Amino acid sequence: MIPLSWYLIISAALFSIGLFGVLSRKNAVAILLGIELMLNAANINLVSFWRYGDISQMAGQVFAVIVFAVAASEVAVGLALVISVYRRRNTVIADDLDLMKW
Amino acid sequence: MTAMQIFFLIVGLVILGSALMVVTTHNLIHAALWLIVTLFGVAVLYAILNASFLAVVQVVVYIGAIAILFIFAVMLTRKEIRDHGPQLNSGWWLNVIIALLTFGGLLWMLQSWNGFSKTAADFPSSYDAVGQLGKALISPDAFVLPFEVASVLLLAALVGAVYIAFNPHSGDFRK
Repeated sequence: MIPLSWYLIISAALFSIGLFGVLSRKNAVAILLGIELMLNAANINLVSFWRYGDISQMAGQVFAVIVFAVAASEVAVGLALVISVYRRRNTVIADDLDLMKW
Repeated sequence: MTAMQIFFLIVGLVILGSALMVVTTHNLIHAALWLIVTLFGVAVLYAILNASFLAVVQVVVYIGAIAILFIFAVMLTRKEIRDHGPQLNSGWWLNVIIALLTFGGLLWMLQSWNGFSKTAADFPSSYDAVGQLGKALISPDAFVLPFEVASVLLLAALVGAVYIAFNPHSGDFRK
């Protein structure tokens, strides 16, 4: 049987990789890809805590379903923003969008 | 090492390797395709964890909808920095340090927790996890309110995405 620690280590590693992607990618679409990796890491944690805890309490799986919904809406709005910005400014590089930078 | 543990390690290596490709590969279309590999690996993890409904939803929603949406977005915005020029910020080595510190901090925090290496009880074969999940989602004394809030959030995101991406200068919807 697989101990809980393996899932937690994989999820921590996936979260760190996603964090690296969010921090260091230039392209706004690639930043959203990193956010997806981080959300998946959180979901692995939720589901493994459900499985290794009391399986009659469905809170872990319900949270995972809600994370799915949040991820879907985040991607839809985020990509709509990227496409809208690309249409107006002709760029998808996050550094170039410095209108609100003082 | 049981066969299950070896299988888990293979899946974990696939997940982490393809996630590394997602954040480092040059071509963004390839990054989106590597993301599909990662998401599929996570779906396999859900299946190992007996969360069958979530495994199916992961394939349908994440791979079928979100990853395809990413591929569309990359194709719609591609001419800018597709294959030339650096894809990473100039201070990316600092971000490596931050990511490694986060990983180390998480590991240090987790292994000081006494439930870190506990093993699961056997999954009872008569237990209907999908039915229990459905009941929990719509039962008033469980999670019906978060469920409804999530659906309102999806509706708002749908309306917002259409409004933001709508181009008033093309098409004749707004005459």
